[in-house]
Amino acid sequence: MTLFGRKIPVVFSLAIWFFAWELIGRAGWSTIVPPVSSVLEAGITVLGTDKFSAAALISLRSFAIGMALALVTGIPLGFAMARLPGVGRLLGMWVNIFVSAPISALVPILMAVIGIGETTVVVTVYLFAVFVIVLDTQVGVKHADRSLVEMARSFGARRRQIYVHVLILSALPEILAGVRLGAIRGVKGVVIGQLLVAIIGVGELFELYSQHFLMEEFWALVIVVFLFAFAVSEAIAALERRVEYYASAR
Amino acid sequence: MPRSSNRLNSKTPGRRPARRLASYGPDRTLAWQLSSFVLFFGMWEAAGRWPVSAAFPPFSQTVVALAEMAADGSLAQAYASTLQPLVIGIVICGIAGVGFGIGMGLSRAVEWFTLPVVIILQAAPMAAIIPLITYMYGIGLTAKVLAVVFMAAPVVVMNSYKGIRNTSPSLVEMCRAFLGTRRQVVAKVVLPYAAALIFTGLRLGLAMGFIGVVIAELLITPTGIGDLITYHSSVAEYSKMFAAIASIVTVAALTLYGLERLEHVLFPAEIRGA
Amino acid sequence: MAGDAIVETRGVGKTYDGGVEALRDVSIDFPRGQLSTLLGPSGCGKTTLLKIIAGLIPPNAGEVRVKGRKIDGPGPERAFVFQDFALLPWATVLRNVAFGLELRGVPREVRDETARRRLAEVGLSGFESSYPNQLSGGMKQRVGLARALAVDADIILMDEPFSSVDEQTRRKFQEDLLVLLRHRQKTVIFVTHSIEEAAYLSDRIVLLSPRPGTVSRVLTPDIGHDKDPDEIRRDRRYLDAVDEIWQILKQYVT
Repeated sequence: MTLFGRKIPVVFSLAIWFFAWELIGRAGWSTIVPPVSSVLEAGITVLGTDKFSAAALISLRSFAIGMALALVTGIPLGFAMARLPGVGRLLGMWVNIFVSAPISALVPILMAVIGIGETTVVVTVYLFAVFVIVLDTQVGVKHADRSLVEMARSFGARRRQIYVHVLILSALPEILAGVRLGAIRGVKGVVIGQLLVAIIGVGELFELYSQHFLMEEFWALVIVVFLFAFAVSEAIAALERRVEYYASAR
Repeated sequence: MPRSSNRLNSKTPGRRPARRLASYGPDRTLAWQLSSFVLFFGMWEAAGRWPVSAAFPPFSQTVVALAEMAADGSLAQAYASTLQPLVIGIVICGIAGVGFGIGMGLSRAVEWFTLPVVIILQAAPMAAIIPLITYMYGIGLTAKVLAVVFMAAPVVVMNSYKGIRNTSPSLVEMCRAFLGTRRQVVAKVVLPYAAALIFTGLRLGLAMGFIGVVIAELLITPTGIGDLITYHSSVAEYSKMFAAIASIVTVAALTLYGLERLEHVLFPAEIRGA
Repeated sequence: MAGDAIVETRGVGKTYDGGVEALRDVSIDFPRGQLSTLLGPSGCGKTTLLKIIAGLIPPNAGEVRVKGRKIDGPGPERAFVFQDFALLPWATVLRNVAFGLELRGVPREVRDETARRRLAEVGLSGFESSYPNQLSGGMKQRVGLARALAVDADIILMDEPFSSVDEQTRRKFQEDLLVLLRHRQKTVIFVTHSIEEAAYLSDRIVLLSPRPGTVSRVLTPDIGHDKDPDEIRRDRRYLDAVDEIWQILKQYVT
């Protein structure tokens, strides 16, 4: 936006939001909205506690392992579904169902079968992330430029070379888009999984704070988790922009 | 906009564009579909009989449990309780969220002020604040509706906004060249252009709403499908727990699939702007 | 040749926000009832000039006068034909043609009737209820032309209308256009980068030099457009005009 002919940076709009939050908190309109200054104060205290570091460690570990599994299984599966027609036809329907189905409903199954612990959260992250990665990889590989593949063939490229040099690179923009969406979902998976399991990680802290009505700590944790989600999505988006030039060249 | 909505009316006489629905989604020839079902349910049955875990019933037992729950009315009762907040929440998003997104797309000032927040909220795990909602509003309908709204609103707002902002500049210019007023540009070009993306946003919002309502019911509110799941899990009637879960996943998937088909009928690729 | 200028640009200059100067001190008269072409290499600001005349882009310097009055936006005496057709994808051909009238609040029956007649004139009877995506590029542009004719403006502004149309369709379309426009005494300002097209169609050719766009030369080929199209293409004067334009433009092409 411009005011008096000058561009105002977007950060200022966030500053206004925080200022409004502070005012509402000070006015004491609602017991669940403390002033943002005391939230930040509580945040600094919370970040220093052992409990938070332990929760953060567990959450990050679950996220990292779940995402890693989703990547190493999801991308090859997407490739297989795009290149081998039988696989695509057998699995396509289920991938489409689970990409939009409420995965959160499956968490009780995981809790019953696997138990109440970190593994359940890891599997939750995996299930949240994997389907969109499979789907986008499949789309990317399917839409990979046919003439590029023909070009590679006409120069005598072998099957393996076509995969490595043409298909993967050509599908990279879609794969990365899928990875970004998968990562955003994965973060949601960590939080939802831990909330439902309720005895580990940040999920435990959320429960603890809301039950003991520690609103400052609660909101501080919300801000930290939201910022983490935003940072993850922006980091992958930055990677996407780096390959954008050949997405637009196609 | 009396005329611009005529494409929504499938009874409009005259030539309709050919629809390329066949090229969309996975191949759905009957034989493959059947083998796909057989494969999935067969694996489920085998895993249940092996068994993977005492808490993992085979497919056949789950179907029987589902039939029992349908017969004794508990399933219907649960769905009444689960779908009501979902519908109310999506209607709220459809009015307030779409309206807000359109406002963001039309006004630079509103965009500047709210876009960063919407972007952050869309990537954020909104589920984190569900414990707070239930703390504030108890375990009733209000809490569930709010859970749905909080989960669904960001994607609804974002898609409406994108739909408006992505409007073809060339069509807007055309409308201005033929003396369209600002109002006419919005009513006759911008909104029809954005309609498809707004619809997509509502569909994605509904998907998030399903997640929200299930979490709300699992976490605190002992009603609806969430209660069926929690209750049967706690008394170790796993086939009924599985039946409840399978049914909500199926209902969600079928609803969303139906809406996706509807989207392609209402806005076939050939006549949609975006 | 008619003497009075229906459109005049006076010292028009345009610099875009990024600091790119597209036009500098452009002063041209466009005589009533003639077809004038703005011709030049890409980057000479010819489309910018046309959109300034249309009132779609405000100039930074100078002014545009239409029928002696300074303009400050689009007006009913000017109609625009777009390079990318700019047809509403969700509206039928008939509604697209009637769109300008719809915006002016003309009742449905009246505007549909006018649109039907204009469609017939551009040779698209029978396509009233088709959608734009069902038409070829050439047909789409005929719809764009019919839309401009439907509002009955005196001045028709055409921005590279044939650039997305294949060569054969283009030739036929050019011939039809000449017949259609001569017939109605329209003033046409036509942007193109095709030398042959300019020489074939125009009464006057305004050559623009690039970066920033300034008027380089104004030619009046005087080929005599009442002749048979195929004859024109073999006419000495036509061939000389093409050659003369090329000799001038060559220096701008690197």
